[in-house]
Amino acid sequence: MIGNIVKKEFKELFTLATLIPIIVIAIVFASVGQSIGSIGERLEEKPVVGIVDMDDGDFSDIAMSVLTEKAEVIYDGSDAEAGLEEVREENGVALLVIPENFSQNIYANHPGEIEIYWIMKGAGIMDSISSGVVEGLIQAVNQGISTELIQEDSSFDPALVLAPTQRVETTFFKGKEIEGLSSSQLGNILSSQSIVIPVVVMMLIIMAGASVISSMGMEKENKTLETLLTMPVRRSHIVIGKIVGSALVGVIMAAIYMIGFSRYMSSFQISNINLADFGLALGMQDYLLVGISLFVALLAGLSLCIVLGTFAKNYRSAQALVFPITALALISMFITMFKDFDTIPAVLRILVFAIPFSHPMMAMRALMLGNYPLVIGGIAYNAVFTVIMIAVAVRIFNSDRLLTGSVQRRVGLGKLVWGLRRQ
Amino acid sequence: MKAVEVRELVKDYGNFRALNGISFEVNEGEVFGLIGPNGAGKTTALRVVATLLQITSGSVTVFGYELPKEAGEVRKIISYLPEEAGAYKNLTGKEYLNFIAKFFGDGEKSQDMVQRGMEISNLGERIDDKVDTYSKGMTRRLLVGRALMVNPRLAILDEPTSGLDVVNAQEVRKIINSSVEAGVAVLLSSHNMLEVELLCHRIALINDGKIVASGTAAELKKEYDAGNIEEAFVKAIK
Repeated sequence: MIGNIVKKEFKELFTLATLIPIIVIAIVFASVGQSIGSIGERLEEKPVVGIVDMDDGDFSDIAMSVLTEKAEVIYDGSDAEAGLEEVREENGVALLVIPENFSQNIYANHPGEIEIYWIMKGAGIMDSISSGVVEGLIQAVNQGISTELIQEDSSFDPALVLAPTQRVETTFFKGKEIEGLSSSQLGNILSSQSIVIPVVVMMLIIMAGASVISSMGMEKENKTLETLLTMPVRRSHIVIGKIVGSALVGVIMAAIYMIGFSRYMSSFQISNINLADFGLALGMQDYLLVGISLFVALLAGLSLCIVLGTFAKNYRSAQALVFPITALALISMFITMFKDFDTIPAVLRILVFAIPFSHPMMAMRALMLGNYPLVIGGIAYNAVFTVIMIAVAVRIFNSDRLLTGSVQRRVGLGKLVWGLRRQ
Repeated sequence: MKAVEVRELVKDYGNFRALNGISFEVNEGEVFGLIGPNGAGKTTALRVVATLLQITSGSVTVFGYELPKEAGEVRKIISYLPEEAGAYKNLTGKEYLNFIAKFFGDGEKSQDMVQRGMEISNLGERIDDKVDTYSKGMTRRLLVGRALMVNPRLAILDEPTSGLDVVNAQEVRKIINSSVEAGVAVLLSSHNMLEVELLCHRIALINDGKIVASGTAAELKKEYDAGNIEEAFVKAIK
């Protein structure tokens, strides 16, 4: 008896319609993972660095031997400018400069300074792995010098023995020269600033999208849609009304969610760095752009949901149609969290740009670094995407598909746009 | 002027022909019934006239407006009640009537429509309750009220009493009759062939997408030498 019920349930649930989205998403996630690369492999790789030794003393020799053993040194000379250029060209992580008097200072019981010039490529979680490995190298240098100090003489200040060097750091990132911050610190700041937005956008899109698709399913099931379609109102107004209504509900839901989530995130804030000191603070116009980016992405997402919703036969089938939206939102969120738009492979970059939800996720970070073309381009793309989706939805609303699941006539893009204007 | 003129209407769903060249007319102030079994093509015909479906071939005009070219004009003068339709469950009955009325006018005009809708549906104080709490009969009365409150020139009613008990079905029939007296033309479908005798001035018997006979109930019974429309229909399709 149970077997009979299990068989029925399996046949009802295990359909092509439920299987295909899962397979597609699995393939997409696998491709994304392959493109981003493995953390393990990245940790095992030797970091590419340049070294300028202007000291040529006992302790700089120890530092040099540690660095040359554990890193791939692409520049080993005395010209910091040339070294920096070489590191940039060879896609290196940092240039380490050991200044004159490095050893002399340590002998005089003062920490030796190491100047580190970080070349930061991206602000994603995966982008900071190489800099983390370099941080490990500095620890190894310290350990080497500490060992030497202990073996050589016991009169050294214990604090010096424990920390024989101190760092003077400058990070170069997307045309900005940020003094006093390492690339890891900068990455942490940017991540903590931009992690809230992707999660909120993801939740917003899923919640608002699900409500639109479900509403379409409910309208079909209750036949309220049939009634609505016979009202003296333009089809485009029905579509736009549904999108804007859902967007408003979505914004309210997002605001409630954002309050809770930002409180949650603030409990993890350990940095008391003032972003304005490093030229990374956002102005009013930046926040306005983030808001516009979010709203336009929401409209784009909801217009896509309306098109998907036309495939819903009833409330139950509508639930399955939420899945592609959820998957797209998750893909955008993970990629933008783990990698910077500029450091992902070209194919992924196209994918990320094409998914409307990616743009508000990237907007905050992009604006901090003055990347206005990416944000404005994203807003423009989403606006065009919305118009096209609304045109497609209006065309479907004018066809038999909405009621019968089939279309009377095939339509081209030109006709779609014409149809929208006519309606 | 004819309320509805349908000429050689063909409607295909892919390879399936749902309507195969049907023709009929509905006069002003008349109740015209499309009668036939499930799957005969009644709902498809009504949906085409209600501007919901495209026409494969043939022609349809409503009060002189041609479909699909003048669908916008047609929507201003028709009211469509789908079979077993519902209303928005989170709205009260009155809010639902308000929502619909606003498509047809603002201010006083809209309020007059809502008042009329409340009178027709006769739900008393329950009109302020959410639709979600209504019985099937109450929902149907609300929807009939919605369909007729906007003063349509043509009401298209798909199985208006389907699923209702005897009392509610009679109530709905009374509402339809009184609106016809006020000058509304009604195109309805039903598979309840006995009921249509009570409602329709003229009837078309439809089967497999074709109209097999049409006329008044008396004419059809006489033509097929039948005691009722059900018997006439069975003889007509043989």
